[in-house]
Formats: sequence, C-alpha cells, structure tokens
Amino acid sequence: MSTDLTTTYLGIELDHPVIPSASPLTGDVDHVHALAAAGAPAVVLPSLFEEQIEHNAMAVHDSLELGAEGFAEVPGGFFPQLDDYNTGTDDYLELIRRVKSEVGIPVIASLNGTSPGGWTRYARILADEGVDALEVNTYSIAANPRLSALDVEDVHLQLVEQIKKEVDIPLAIKIGPYFSSTANMAQKLTDAGADGLVIFNRFYQPDIDIDSLEVVPSLVLSDPGELRLVLRWLAILYGRTNCDLAATTGIHEAPGAIKAILAGATVTMMASALLRHGPSRLAEVRGGLQQWLTDRDFESVSQARGSMSYDAVPDPSAYERAGYMQTLTSYVPTW
Amino acid sequence: MKPTGASFSTVDGNEAAARIAHLMSEVIAIYPITPASPMGELADAWSHQGRPNLWGVIPNVVEMQSEAGAAGAVHGSLTAGALTTTFTASQGLLLMIPNMYKIAGELTPTVIHVAARSIATHALSIFGDHSDVMAARQTGWAMLSSESVQEAQDLAVISHLATMESRVPFLHFFDGFRTSHEMAKIEIFSEQDLRKLVNEDHIAAHRIRALNPNRPVLRGTAQNPDVFFQAREAANLYYQDLPKLVSTTMDRFAEISGRSYQLFRYDGHPEAETVMVIMGSGAGAAREAIDRLVSDGEKVGLVTVKLYRPFDVEAFASVLPETTRQIAVLDRTKEPGAVGEPLYQDVVAALAEARRSIDVRGGRYGLSSKEFTPAMAAGVFSEASKLDGRRHFTVGIVDDVTGLSIKYDPDVWREPPEVAGAVFYGLGSDGTVGANKNSVKIIGEATDLYAQGYFVYDSKKAGSRTVSHLRVSKEPIHSTYLVSRPGFVAIHQFDFLEKDDILDSAAEGGTVLLNSPFDSGNTWTRLTREAQAHIRNKDLTVWAVDAARIAREAGLGRRVNTVLQTCFFHLSDILETEHAISLIKDQIRKSYGKRGEVVVRRNEGAVDAAVAGLIRVLPIDTDIVARSIAEPVSQMAPDFVKRVTSMILAGRGDLLPVSALPVDGVFPTGTARWEKRSIAEEIPIWDADICIDCGRCALVCPHAAIRFKAFEPDIPIPEGFLWKESTGKDLRGKRIAIQVAPDDCTGCGVCVDVCPAKSKEMVKHKAINMEPKHQHLDRERTNFDIFLSLPEMSRSEVNAKSVKGSQLLQPLFEFSGACAGCGETPYLKLLTQLLGDRMIVANATGCSSIYGANLPTTPWSVDGAGRGPAWSNSLFEDNAEFGLGMRLALEAQREDAVLLLTALAPELGQVAVDLLEVTENPNRDDIDALVDFQRRLVAELNEKLAVLEGPLPRRLEGVADSLIETSVWIVGGDGWAYDIGFGGLDHVLSTGRNVNILVLDTEVYSNTGGQASKATPRAAIAKFASSGKETGKKDLGQIAMSYGGVYVGQVAMGANPTQTVKTFAEAEAHQGPSLILAYSPCIAHGIDMSTQMSHQKEATDSGYWPLYRYDPGRELVGSPGLQLDSRKPTIPFKQFASKEARFAMLGRADPDTASRLMARAQQDIDDRWHLYEQMVEIHRTAEYVEDED
Repeated sequence: MSTDLTTTYLGIELDHPVIPSASPLTGDVDHVHALAAAGAPAVVLPSLFEEQIEHNAMAVHDSLELGAEGFAEVPGGFFPQLDDYNTGTDDYLELIRRVKSEVGIPVIASLNGTSPGGWTRYARILADEGVDALEVNTYSIAANPRLSALDVEDVHLQLVEQIKKEVDIPLAIKIGPYFSSTANMAQKLTDAGADGLVIFNRFYQPDIDIDSLEVVPSLVLSDPGELRLVLRWLAILYGRTNCDLAATTGIHEAPGAIKAILAGATVTMMASALLRHGPSRLAEVRGGLQQWLTDRDFESVSQARGSMSYDAVPDPSAYERAGYMQTLTSYVPTW
Repeated sequence: MKPTGASFSTVDGNEAAARIAHLMSEVIAIYPITPASPMGELADAWSHQGRPNLWGVIPNVVEMQSEAGAAGAVHGSLTAGALTTTFTASQGLLLMIPNMYKIAGELTPTVIHVAARSIATHALSIFGDHSDVMAARQTGWAMLSSESVQEAQDLAVISHLATMESRVPFLHFFDGFRTSHEMAKIEIFSEQDLRKLVNEDHIAAHRIRALNPNRPVLRGTAQNPDVFFQAREAANLYYQDLPKLVSTTMDRFAEISGRSYQLFRYDGHPEAETVMVIMGSGAGAAREAIDRLVSDGEKVGLVTVKLYRPFDVEAFASVLPETTRQIAVLDRTKEPGAVGEPLYQDVVAALAEARRSIDVRGGRYGLSSKEFTPAMAAGVFSEASKLDGRRHFTVGIVDDVTGLSIKYDPDVWREPPEVAGAVFYGLGSDGTVGANKNSVKIIGEATDLYAQGYFVYDSKKAGSRTVSHLRVSKEPIHSTYLVSRPGFVAIHQFDFLEKDDILDSAAEGGTVLLNSPFDSGNTWTRLTREAQAHIRNKDLTVWAVDAARIAREAGLGRRVNTVLQTCFFHLSDILETEHAISLIKDQIRKSYGKRGEVVVRRNEGAVDAAVAGLIRVLPIDTDIVARSIAEPVSQMAPDFVKRVTSMILAGRGDLLPVSALPVDGVFPTGTARWEKRSIAEEIPIWDADICIDCGRCALVCPHAAIRFKAFEPDIPIPEGFLWKESTGKDLRGKRIAIQVAPDDCTGCGVCVDVCPAKSKEMVKHKAINMEPKHQHLDRERTNFDIFLSLPEMSRSEVNAKSVKGSQLLQPLFEFSGACAGCGETPYLKLLTQLLGDRMIVANATGCSSIYGANLPTTPWSVDGAGRGPAWSNSLFEDNAEFGLGMRLALEAQREDAVLLLTALAPELGQVAVDLLEVTENPNRDDIDALVDFQRRLVAELNEKLAVLEGPLPRRLEGVADSLIETSVWIVGGDGWAYDIGFGGLDHVLSTGRNVNILVLDTEVYSNTGGQASKATPRAAIAKFASSGKETGKKDLGQIAMSYGGVYVGQVAMGANPTQTVKTFAEAEAHQGPSLILAYSPCIAHGIDMSTQMSHQKEATDSGYWPLYRYDPGRELVGSPGLQLDSRKPTIPFKQFASKEARFAMLGRADPDTASRLMARAQQDIDDRWHLYEQMVEIHRTAEYVEDED
C-alpha cells in the first residue's frame, strides 16, 4: 500500500506536498499545463511586482508624453494612441484566469509591493480574481542605516495585518533569513495573521563586471546545498509556530523534499530544478518521496512531517551553534 | 437658432473635418504634412480602433510615399468606385495638382481636406495662409472655405454631400493652425443626421461609373486637336449648376442643424458704403471689427466667401448692398507680378460681369499665420474709405520699402468684454499645452460656457517654449487672433521672466500665477524690475506655487501641468474649485486611464496637493535691487544679429519692418553662437586628472557644447582655466582642454554616458560629470571665452581620420535647437569638422532643415577665415536632385574656368599653368594639402585678374572658386531618402556624379511627429503602424550597392566612432556618388536619449544595424567591395528592442502580434547577416587574364 501524500497547505487540499514555486515557468500557461501534467497539485505564480507595474505604466506615460505638445508639428506626441497598454495587472489577472480555467489546479498568487497602499490594493485585486491563497514576497534589502531591526520587523508585521484586514483568503509570507531573531519574527508574523511561512526568499545577488566596472545583475539558480539553511529553520520553527511551513530553495531531488518534510515542511517548493530539468523533475521528486515513505512503511506524509524537527531529534543542539562548531572543525581542506 | 438636443464637443479643426471625412469614406490615402497630419493620424487611429464609416465599413487607410502617391491612390480608388478622401497642405497639395486635373476632368466625386499652409518660397513656413489652395484654384475642383472649427465640420459635410451629387470634386480648406489646431466647442453633427442627408442614389451612380470588367469602358484616352477642345467644354453644365446645388445642400444642412450657410455671407450695415471681402479665419476678426464699427454708426460691411470655386458672380453681387462704393479685398496669399491677388482679381472680374461700378482695392494680410486682428480690419476699412487710399496694400506689417502697408492703431481696440482671456507660458516638456487642452475640454464639455484654446510654439526642439491662449465666454467665441490683454497670466517656468517682459501684456487688475520655488518674499525679490513695475502699476494679484516640488513629490518628474491647471481653476472664477478638481480628475482618468492606474493616481495626487501650495506674493519694499531683463544678444554680435536676429529672439519679430529682411531669403551663418538660451539644469564639468584625451565627449555632443583643443605650452593661460598635459604620442608636448559651452549645453548627458575614464577611487566619477549649472556658470562662461580665444588647430596638425584628431578641429555646426541628445546632429558636426570649410549642403526638408535653418538662428557656422558650410534647402522630395544640380554647376563653372585660364594663360603666367595642372592632375591623397594649394593659387589668380582689363578676366573672377575642391553633401532623413525622395536619390546614385549623400536615419518621420516610413523596422509601432509594422525595412544600402559604382557606408557613431570617421573620409574621397546610412536614435524611439550612443552598440551587437563599407575602388583591385565592420551578432534582437518603447509598447499592447513580428524581425536580421557574409566573398570584377597567343 502506498503512503498517503495528501497535504493541506493554506487551507488548500493537495494530492501531495511538492509544488512549483514562483518562477518564470509558472508565468506561462503552457508550462503550467506541463507542470500539472507532471502532477503539480497547485502552483505559485510569479510575483506581481508593484514597482514593476508602476514603472511600466510611467514608462508608457513618459514615452507618450515625450515631445507631445512641445513642437508645433508634433501636437500629439510621437507615438500612436493604442487601445490598451496593459501596464497594470491585466496580464497577471489573465494568467490567473487561464490557469484556473484551463489547468484547473489551485492557484497561489505571489505579490511584491513597495508601498503600504500598494500591498493592500493589489492583494484586493488578486483576491477578487479568485486566487486560492496569497503569498506575499517581502523582497527588500534593509540597506537604510537609519532603519532599525525593529523598524524592519514592524513593516513586515503591519503588512500582514493590513493584508489580512483587506482580504479573507489564506496568506503566506515569504521571508528572508536575515532577521536578527528569526524564530521570534516567525512567531510575530503568525500572531499578526500569517497562515503560512515560506522560507526562504532567495535574494538575487549582484555581480561586478571588472572590465566595465559596472554592477551587473546576476541570476544564479539555486543548488541543493542551499537547502541546509532552510532545513535548520524548518526544524526550529516546526511545532513552535501556529502556521504552515513551506520549504523553498535547494529542493532539487527527492532527498531534498524528504529532508524538508522530516524537518517540518508542510509543502516543498521547487523552482531552479524545474527550470533546469523541466516539469518532469516534479514527478520524479514526488515519486521519490512516495517511494521513500512507502519503503519505510509510513502511513502518510503527515506521519513523517516534523519527525526530525528541533523538538523531535535527540540532540536539538545539532540545529544550533554546536552544529556550526562541529562542521568547522571537521572540515578537511582539499588542497 | 440652436436646435434642441444639440450635442457639443471640444475639438480642433482637424478633428472636426477628419471625423466627417472618415464617416463618409471607404478609402483614405494619406501622407504626413504639417498642419494636416493630425487628420490622417486620426483617420488611421479610428480605423485601427475599428470605428466604421456611415455604412458600417471600416475605412481602409493607407499611408503612401508622398502626396503625389496619395493623390494617385485616391484617383485609382475613385476610378474603381470607392468613396475616397485624403488630407494635405502646402507642398503636399502642389504634388497632388496633376492628379487633381485628372480627377476633375473625369468628373469624379471626392473631397480633399486641406489645412491651408504657406508654400515655401524664399523660406519654408509650416504656418497658415492660402498660397497652397490658391495654387490649386485652376484645377477644376470646387473650393469651399471654412473659417472656424465649427465650419470645418459643417462644410466638410456639405463638401462630401455636394461632390456626390454634382460629381465635381471638392477641395475643402481651412486655415492651418489658426483653425486646424484651434480647440473650440462646437455642435456635433450626428451620424443620424448625416444619414438623413446622404442620397444613396448618388453613391450608386458612383459605383456604376466605376471600372468594371462586366461593363467595360475606357478612361484616360489621348485626344487630338480635333476633339480635345470640345470634350473639355462638355462638362460645363456641371460647373454652371454647381453653385445652386451647393446652395441647396447648405439649405438642407441648415434644416437639420440649424446652422445656415450661404455661398457668400454678408454681415454689417444694410447700406454699407465700404465692404471688405475675405475668406477663411480672418473673417472672425473682421466680423468683430464690423460689429463695433456698425454700432458706432459706420456704414461698413463684410462679405465672407464660402464657395470660392466656382465663383458665382450672381450670388456674390446679390449680397453686396446697392450702396457699396468701395470694396477692400483681402487675400491671404501673394502672387508677385499679378495685377492683384487671386480673390481680388475674382472680385474685380465678377463686378465687371455684374456691371457694378465699385472701386476695388486689394490687400494682403496674414501670410504664414501672421496675426490678423480687429484693429487691422478697422485699419483696412479706414484705408479703403479714403478716396486716395492705396489700390494695393498690406496690413499687419510695416513695409518701409514700397510703402504698401497701412497704418492701424492696435491700442484702441479691446476684445469683447464678455470674453475672458488667459495666457499660459510653459515649456514643451512640462505639459502646459496638454493641460490647457484639457482645460478647454473641461470648460467646453462640462459647463454651458464656450471655450477656445490656441497654442503657439517656438522653433526649437530642445527647451522649446509654448504659449497657450485660452478664451472663455457665455457666448460662442469667434476671436481668431491671440489673446492680447489677458486677465490671467500663468508663468510655468520662473526664469521666463528673466528673459521676456511677459507681464507687459497683462490686463489691469489681472491675476498672475507663478511657478516659483521660493517663498513669497523671495519670489518678489527675484522678479525682474520690469515685472515688479507691472505688478505695482497694474495692480496685479500675484500667486505663486512650487509646482515643481509638488509634481516631483507626486512622482511626475518635471510635469507641472496638473498642479498649475488646478491652481488656474482655483484662482479663476470659471468653476467652483471642488467641481473643477472633480472635472480635472475625470479628464485625467480619460486621458491617462489606459496608461495605468499609477499614472492616474500620481496626477490626482498632484491635483490634490496643488491648492494648498498656493501662496500670495505681495510687493514688498526691499533694498535688493531687482535685475532687468537680459539683453537677447551680446553687444559683440555682428550688426545683422543685433538689428534683426535679436528682435526675433526677444519675441519682437512682428515689429521688424520689411527693410530689415533680406530680399531673397539669404541669411548669414554662424548665428546660433549669439543665442544664449542657457536651458540646461546640469552641465558637464571636466575632471582633467582622470581624462584620457580620447575626445569622445566632444564627438558625441549633439550640440557642439563640449569642445576639445590642443595648444602649445607657451600660450599664456589665465588663472582658473582648466587644462592638462597631453598624454598621447600624437600631441606630445602640447596641452589639452575639454571645455563646456555652459549657455549652449542642453544638459542631455550623452557626453557623460560615453566617457570611458572612471576614477580609480569612485567609479561613478568620470572624467566628465553632470553637475548643477548654477554652481559653475560664471566660471565656465569665463573659461569658454578663454577656450574660444585659443588658436584652432589645422588639419595638417592632426590625424583627422581618427576620432581624437577629428575632435580637435573646429566644428562648424554648433548649438542647434535639435532635441536634447539628438542622434542626427553629431554626424553633421563631425562632417563640418572634417571638411566644413569646403562643403556645400543640399538639405532635405525635415528635422535637419528645421534645427539647421529655422529662424532666428542657424547652427551652420564659419571658421576664423570666414569659411564654412554653405547650405540650402529646396524641398522634401527633390533633395538628391537639388544636390546633383549643385555638383553640375560646379563642374560647369570649372570647365568654364579651365577654358578661360587657357585663353588668359599668356597674361596670367605661371599661376595659370599651375592651376591647369592641378585641375587636370589633382593629388587627392592629401586632400587638405591639395585644397590649401588650390586656394593659394586662386588667391594669386584673383590678384592678377584684378589688374587685367576686359570681359574674360571678369568672367574668370566669377568662376575661379570652382577650381578649389568643393565637397557636395546631400543631407536628409529617412522620410526623404526611403520614401518621397527615393526616386530622385536612386537616379542621382545612378549618374556616377561626385556627390555625397548622408541619410540621417531615424527610421520614422521625426519632424512631423513619428509616422512610419519605409525605414521603420518590422515590429515597431509608429503612427500609421499602430499595430506594429508588418513589413521589413528597406535595405537602401544594398540597392545602392547594386549599381557597383556607389560608395556605401553604414555607420553608427555610438557603436564604432572610428568606423564612422573613416567612412566619412572614404565617402568624401570617392570620386563618384556615395551614400552613408547613419543610425540616428530619436526621441520617437522611446529611449533614454542620454544613453543613445551606448545604446547604438546594442543595435550593432544584435545585428540590427550592422556596420559596413562598400567601396567600388576595392573591387577594381580585385578585392571584395563589401567589408563588414561589425562582428557577427552576439545578442538577440529582443535584447536590443526591449529597451525601446517603439518595440516594447507593442509587446504590452498586443503580445501575440509582438511575438510574431519580433520573431520575423530576428529572421530579417539573420537573413541579412548571412547575405552580407556571402557578399563579402563576392568579387564583382572578374580578374582579367590575357589570352595566350
């Protein structure tokens, strides 16, 4: 008898806990079809960036206004007036509509805002479109030296509170690993109303071009080693926060998903591996998870979930500083 | 009488006419020309949006390659039975004339709507008069004249109806700009009403007459002396019946609309003794004069001509009061050498035929949109009523040469008291005109009031200034002239007050709104002495608002329009503030809603913050002495600049008398240097410690505002002038300086973008950096003067074929009014550095002719010896031929010179021998040395000729300069080269003559506002290609290469400046035709113009704009003619295109189409690259192998 993989995440019933996370792959309906065919029980759409929407609209506006009414021979500007510039959320909402109607799997929309009004405005728009849940992507770098850790935390907490006031769909918050007290922050976010924590956001790191002396954006896909940070915090947070935990970053093969479940993940999310290997990788991970659980006679994935969390292992300090010491001292140089 | 249920709209004349034309047509052939372009653009946009005509069919709008092409397409469409129309003006109408004869001769019903504009004579002018329509009056077309926006709609209806019934084609015209661009509240003639008037039988008859193989006929025969004449007379009845038919149509229109028209309209005293006859918008001003004069008891009247052709004598005579003793006919055109202007002649002839003995005088007025006011009309009545008055006169100017101008008193005339006038001074880039158009719409459409807006622009493209004239009234507004005494004056840029006496025109007790960054007290102390005096003397109420701050905080950048618009409504009593704000927001949603919610939100935020920002500015007593308005030009300027140019610069060009202006349109060059506009907020500042002497900043500067010089160390340099030791081998021991012209820079930032030298400690700091101008202005002004005093380098001292060397040479194209960051002008500047002292330029009409020669000044300049480019513009369509003619003239004169030298050789001695030798065998390997040698010889020749008697020496003096190498450059944009002038360009290339053609390829009609040309790439959107251009760009270079003898170079300065410089030099050296295609980024591409040069690199890296040179000379020595100068594409086209709004906007608007077209565009690039790679291998000339005996 095979193990029961059904999982409930953000109130959504899933056949199993392996879902595609936000990536360019989930922004294309054809690819979402392929993911669903590979067994994806739900999908997290790419982030709707408030900043991008506003930038696009203002860029269109600026282009249309450039030179308009400035020259006698160009009364109306240099561009024709078009029927629609699709600068707002139209594309995104269309994506939601098509995924829901054509693919038929639950949709979790992802949102990245920049202003308090923006978060709630766009959350309302997405909720009205009928998404099953919302993942807010707090992608920001605390670069302002005048902003204290408390200030940064407050911004996050207010955000959750405001969105929860605005919409009544389940809400997950995708956070970074850089809070001074991640466990405390997780608790506060849950208290503020978050139904789920997605750990962790993976900030794209800039690079430097040593020829042009320019800072250049760089997009490097994750590698499986990055899962370890996630595992630690899954293990620590499991059972201590009253919300779902989604593991993201570094899940490339079945063992990664298994580890995440054991540490306490409600669901495991994949992006880099799907981009690299295609939607079929999702089916492989799901199959591997199933096999592993079945081979070890687990009745369900719930049984395994958190079985190696902080509270469930004989030596919890392995997830804490002692583990760090041990890793360092046992490292053998290769040169 | 106003019918009940009338609906109103606020539109301009172009839209009013175009709406009817679109409703009444199935085919519309268009070509852009100011001021008619908006009609074509609207028609195209409406069809693109799926708006149907009256019969539910979406009109088929097609852009042609010229107006001649449009006329041909119209003719063909009519011949095949479609309801067809077109729009045009000026030279465009002239190009249609041949077809107009045909269309009329074949009795084919159609309407051309014309925004009447000046025809280029001594100068081009985009503004309005009747010289174009008068040039078409003999074609056999009926002509209907509209005098207002309302009439532009109404007579459009009547034209379309009358042509269908009469079969005679109609030319419906209204005054360019004054009517075509005036916004006014009009009663809309509904589609339902239009349907009531359309007679389907007439349309059916048109279909029956169409070419159809099922009932074949023959048209367009050739006829002989035996029948041509009779056949020409056969259509007479159609013309005889036409006036009555038009009159009947007008009556039917009146029954539905309530607006009554006559062939000739009479206003004034029923027993008038002096009557004015006029046509077009001038009637509005004249009628105001009549109303007042008649109420003052004067026996005067006004006849306004509506149906000008056929000219109905009986109808004309019937409206003239029997008491008429004198008639003053005003013509808005000039026909030199005629007895009088056309309308005058018609009136004289009509009166003779009507056997009315009336004294007729003829006057000219309003050429090129010259103001025509009620005061001028009153002056005309005064003149015409004099028994000894002038028979022919002008009004509105001071003619101190022939004394034809009449006097009038502008000060005794005031606008109707019920009309409130407001004037707004803004920048082209700050949205002032757009906001005022919105205000006119708000007032016109949300209230019972009538509103009028008219907008005046200066001739610059960068930092252009706009003046908006608004009128509001409870009654319809007929004032067809500028607001002269505004009760409300808004100054949207504070520094305008430092340059002009703007408040001079403000009405007593009026309100002034200032965009000021200062508080009340500081605003007052910063006002000029003149402004302070006006405020005190006229008791003006002054308000200030820091609109720039509010706009910036709202996220709108420099667009202060909505802030100041809100303040205007708050300060005026047109509407309650809350109501006005609500309407402004409605208008914002209407205008910007499609662009995105954030655009609406930010503008609404600016509106909400506006009123709270208003502060009252009260006169205060202070010890601070206010500055006076600056003099427009330096006292160092040449006499002509001081006498004439400075007046135009100061906005007082209207006051210049006839004697001040040249008789033949010839102006001095080198005048832009005297026009110190100082429009930049930031200017580039040089850091000599970092500079690597590359000269790129100077190369790319579109305005020649960054200069580069090398000089000897023994030249004394004043303290504070920045210089450095040269680091290059080529200038060893010399010092160099990079200097900004602070008052001529536009602040575009292109120089900083390309600067490759970065600080070791902080990479953002380069060898040249943009810094606030006010921090550096005084020092940089001094330093620029010092820089100019340093000696210029000669070509023999530098390697002119290198970037650095070329930039050490003096540019003779400087400080143009082109857009900030213009992609065209760096090429022209470079050209003048390489050979400016020996070039003549034929310049096609377009951007380059406007920034090159639109008064008041020109960037084409002169060197220390007084030499420089000699420049002229002929037309848009003939530029290649124009330039070829110049070369032919030079050749002819040189031939004459050689004959004369030979004949005079015994008297001239060695100089004749040397000149003949160098002419016969010039060594062009060192062209500069050759030219120097030729100049020395010609100088010596002239000295000898001066002392020789007889006709031959005089003749030789006249052609001696032709013995010096002169480089002929034919310059223009892609609209000319790819479209309207292509036939001529192609022919000139085929002649093998030594001309150089420089195509400044912006890939769109830039000057007329961004319409697609055949240079527009596939997948780009442009006007007339709203859905993305489906077809690929024409490969003009390959066409030229196919001749085998044409040097062809494709360059992009920003991608490879060295290749550009090399190409220019090689093209010039080629002793046959050369063609350079120069990639010229334009604001119509929707890119950040500060990065336009670095962006060109991506154009080349993607293969979108490959660099190459094709030199027939190489083929002669057995090498491939084509040489690719750029690498195989390294980035996809999409990566380049995504940074340009012209491509990206389609991606947003229509992703599927964009995706399809982008894929095809990539294929275009791949295919072309493969082709070029193969061509590189082609040796056109087969090696000759002698037969072995």
